[in-house]
Amino acid sequence: MSEFRCLSTIGMLGYGIPEDSLRRGVERRPHMIGADAGSTDAGPHKLGRGVPDVSRAATARDLGLMIRAGKELGVPVVIGSAGGSGAAPHVEWTWEIVREVAAREGFGLRVAVIWADVPRAWVAERVAAGRVRPLGPAPALDAPTLEQTVSIVGQMGTEPIIRALDAGAELVLAGRACDAAIFAAPAIRAGVDPGLAWHMGEILECGAMCAEPGSANDCILGTLQADRFVIEPMNPARACTPTSVACHSLYERSHPSRSEGPGHLLDLSACCFEPLDDRRVAVSGSRYRRTPLRVKLEGSALAGYRTMVIGGVRDPIAIERLDEILGAVEAATRDYFALVREAAWSLRFVVYGRDGVMGALEPMRQITGHEVGILLDVVAGSQELANTVCAFARSQLQHYHYKGILATGANVAFPTAPSDTPCGSVYRYTVYHLVEVDDPCELFRLEMRELP
Amino acid sequence: MSPRLRDLVTVLRSKNSGPFELTLDVVFGDPETYRWVKASGVLSRATVARLYGIGEERVLVAEFFDPALAFKATIVRPTPSGTVGETDTYGAQQHAPLLDLVVP
Repeated sequence: MSEFRCLSTIGMLGYGIPEDSLRRGVERRPHMIGADAGSTDAGPHKLGRGVPDVSRAATARDLGLMIRAGKELGVPVVIGSAGGSGAAPHVEWTWEIVREVAAREGFGLRVAVIWADVPRAWVAERVAAGRVRPLGPAPALDAPTLEQTVSIVGQMGTEPIIRALDAGAELVLAGRACDAAIFAAPAIRAGVDPGLAWHMGEILECGAMCAEPGSANDCILGTLQADRFVIEPMNPARACTPTSVACHSLYERSHPSRSEGPGHLLDLSACCFEPLDDRRVAVSGSRYRRTPLRVKLEGSALAGYRTMVIGGVRDPIAIERLDEILGAVEAATRDYFALVREAAWSLRFVVYGRDGVMGALEPMRQITGHEVGILLDVVAGSQELANTVCAFARSQLQHYHYKGILATGANVAFPTAPSDTPCGSVYRYTVYHLVEVDDPCELFRLEMRELP
Repeated sequence: MSPRLRDLVTVLRSKNSGPFELTLDVVFGDPETYRWVKASGVLSRATVARLYGIGEERVLVAEFFDPALAFKATIVRPTPSGTVGETDTYGAQQHAPLLDLVVP
């Protein structure tokens, strides 16, 4: 094969694939069509609760467009990290949508489902055997933490996806997967150099983010040739430049020129980004080195239940006394709930106009504006307790009598009624670790499903 | 007058790099400006630690990447992404202190 073309339809399945761009992409006759559907970015609750963070209708629309395009061209469609976190509930949610879409459109489909759930007991064994280590600054994994963890997934590399393609899948629904593997897998299967395939996958997985103007909500084409790959946006209003593509190599990564995946290190330090014309960029020099096989695990645990309230302060005297007010409200709440000491709860104020965005990292702590926003955030062992603590602290905040007070109505303005919002369960990442494995497919069971 | 970083760059952003790290990207528009700022030494591990009020050991990466005309620094997040105590789940608004950094 002289070249291998991958069409990335969007940076996140369900963001809304532009149909014009998709049509232009299909006209280029790609050898595969893919989209990433997941991320850890939105926080640990998706994995913990087993919920997606895009809508069902939007996912159905995007999946319908992609499956139809794949059918038209007779090429596979690959979805990675199905449903957002790629655990069983997310994969099943996506599968149900696929079934509906196929029924509506009236076509049969050979689907490969690749599961990415990792049993806690298996992880515990590996921890005990010293074969698990934290990734970067993540804390070490101990038995009690693992016990609290409700869901664990592993990030698959290319091998499980290649196996699904070998089985004749028209649609691969992969659970949690390395984003780049969606595109690297079919390319490596076609015989492409793995360094180029992985690097191209890293660029394609974000949709047209690597273009100018950048956007995750648009299609991008990657063409692998003998010793390079070419990146080209499918929307004529966007262009790729050497800087826009090179710059994207930095995105959401710890190191500018090195990235690790299962069993490899990708070294971009000798990469060359060359313009082919004013819209296309050729990339060469991506180097691939084999490393011991390790799979990244992600897991989250229940941290409690949240109730919060947002309010604003406009009174300049109250703003001057804000530290006193917030300190007194917190102290009064602690005193009152000392009675229920056995039940865990926490309270904090996020103060917009002071350090609400950067918290501990904020270098400018003085309030210079004429109003401040306050988020009162309570997390407790039950929703009921969170509601109760929040209501008490909120009433203290409303009516605390600070020094110099003139406005005895109340200290805070609420933009919503009711003021307090119960938010449900809250999670925390407990597992972000690398585990040594012997076989790149051992954690990722393949299941073929036929839609007649 | 010495220029600030915001006058010299085409991209200056922050974002999560996984749930436990925050990464800062500074991208220059032309090679001349890039080489000048790089040579000035102002973009360093020590500068990032000072701007964010953290110890240098919490700055995991502080490196230039010539092909992108870019500097990247990665720091340890104050709290893991989306956990109780979070102020910026995606880590997308933590770049501001770099904007006003003066390049001597």
